[in-house]
Amino acid sequence: MHHTAVLFLEFGAIVLALGILGALALRVGISPIPLYLIAGLAFGTGGVLPLATSDDFVSVGAELGVVLLLLTLGLEYNADELVTSLTGNIRAGIVDLVLNAAPGAICALLLGWGPVAAVAMAGVTYATSSGITAKVLSDLGWIGNRETPTVLSLLVFEDLTMAVYLPILTTILAGLSLASGAVAVGVALLTVSAVLVVALKFGRFIEAFVASPNNEVLLLKVVGLALLVAGLAQQLNVSAAVGAFLVGIALSGELAEDAQALLAPLRDLFAAVFFVFFGLQTDPAKILPVAGLAALLAVVSMITKLLTGAYAARRAGIGKAGQARAGIALIPRGEFNIVIAGLAVGAGAHPDLGALAAAYVLILAAFGPLAAKLVQPLITSIAKRS
Amino acid sequence: MEVEQTALPGIGLRHDFTTRKGQRVGVVSHRTGRRDLVIYDADDPDAVCHVVKLNDEEADALAELLGAPRIVQRLNQLHEQVEGLVSVQLPVPDGSPYAGRPMGDARVRTRTSASIVAVVRSGRVFASPGPDFVFAAGDVVVVVGSEDTTAEVAGILADG
Repeated sequence: MHHTAVLFLEFGAIVLALGILGALALRVGISPIPLYLIAGLAFGTGGVLPLATSDDFVSVGAELGVVLLLLTLGLEYNADELVTSLTGNIRAGIVDLVLNAAPGAICALLLGWGPVAAVAMAGVTYATSSGITAKVLSDLGWIGNRETPTVLSLLVFEDLTMAVYLPILTTILAGLSLASGAVAVGVALLTVSAVLVVALKFGRFIEAFVASPNNEVLLLKVVGLALLVAGLAQQLNVSAAVGAFLVGIALSGELAEDAQALLAPLRDLFAAVFFVFFGLQTDPAKILPVAGLAALLAVVSMITKLLTGAYAARRAGIGKAGQARAGIALIPRGEFNIVIAGLAVGAGAHPDLGALAAAYVLILAAFGPLAAKLVQPLITSIAKRS
Repeated sequence: MEVEQTALPGIGLRHDFTTRKGQRVGVVSHRTGRRDLVIYDADDPDAVCHVVKLNDEEADALAELLGAPRIVQRLNQLHEQVEGLVSVQLPVPDGSPYAGRPMGDARVRTRTSASIVAVVRSGRVFASPGPDFVFAAGDVVVVVGSEDTTAEVAGILADG
């Protein structure tokens, strides 16, 4: 068969399968991310339906997916919000970082995977999925709740931490020597701070350049700028994802809203491809041996997130029931954790890391929202009794 | 009464307050323009027990129901109390020289001795606007004065 024909057949089959899975997830009321991962496992090496030719195309699509995911995440916040969240919640943010990075790091060290894998696994267990959590808050009608600003500012804090963490991770994954590694990390951090300052002080110039009444022009300018900065960031070892995130932060206001609406369909398509790609890279045969470990890690990091949420909410003067809700809302893990694991696997970290991260995110992306739904009546009864 | 304002990063803003009878209510303003009217639970004061999701039009309608008639009612009472005093609602027409300009520029009170007591814009009421309040075409201006002076204000708003 002709190469193009095979490519279209395979890619079409993947996207169609994702659509059907998405419909299923919608009906059950869970995030589609775990189902996308499972689809990737099925299509990948050792899966039930291994792909022949579309691997390259899917891998480029996956890279685009990461850039778009981070760009739209950055668009959700403006620089002022980031600064306020940072200054107001630094203590809770640090508790979050320490409590939730620890399980992954300790697990990797106990398994003897070495310090590089430990840094990657710390990121895998640390970051809450802001996408899934936002959806949980909105689905359960928790947006107006008084603990919700605490939860949201923790998410913002985590995303900002990622802007610093990802360059560090990329640098140490590149396996540079200690001295040149330190220089690269320094360059990375300087770049991130420089871009943040530019976004804060001169965001409106970037906006003036990008703004256009025509949707087509706006889309092309935003995507072009994001890819350009992502490429530059990658070249400087800062990670393409962070570059795109910073572009998103620099744009704010009405422009950001318009861009977000325009980018949403594009992001949905390529982000789904990204999750499939991660599944493709993971051998399903490797999942089963680490499943028990992943479940244990999931339980431990559920508890640490619960403690984090309760601590942050109590500091904000929220009652017992609200503290529990804040903790539960933070449980879901998703896109970021897979992005981190994807970087580590791509750079040749321990082969089991991908499988462990996949199983871990499978559990928490599916169970996180479900837990919130199941626990809701229990929390109500606690509140009634006290 | 104190209205608390809280930023919701990535979503928008929340305003809430407690009524004299102890019921906490609030409004979540989404960046998309959606408004949620939220009622807090009596048992768990941090939790919302009812959410009314409103689009732009519905939120305007609700604001109008809650705000505008009360002011108009009050003005009507004022009208009845004082003989010779009228309150009229005057539109700022499309071609008005003061559309887009601050209220102070029109010098209404100096020129006519009538007072602008409120401006109604797409269902929202701006009570006692200051001199730097900027008019927009389509605003409805509530003016209190005599028959003659309020007619003069209508002329100023239309032709300058």
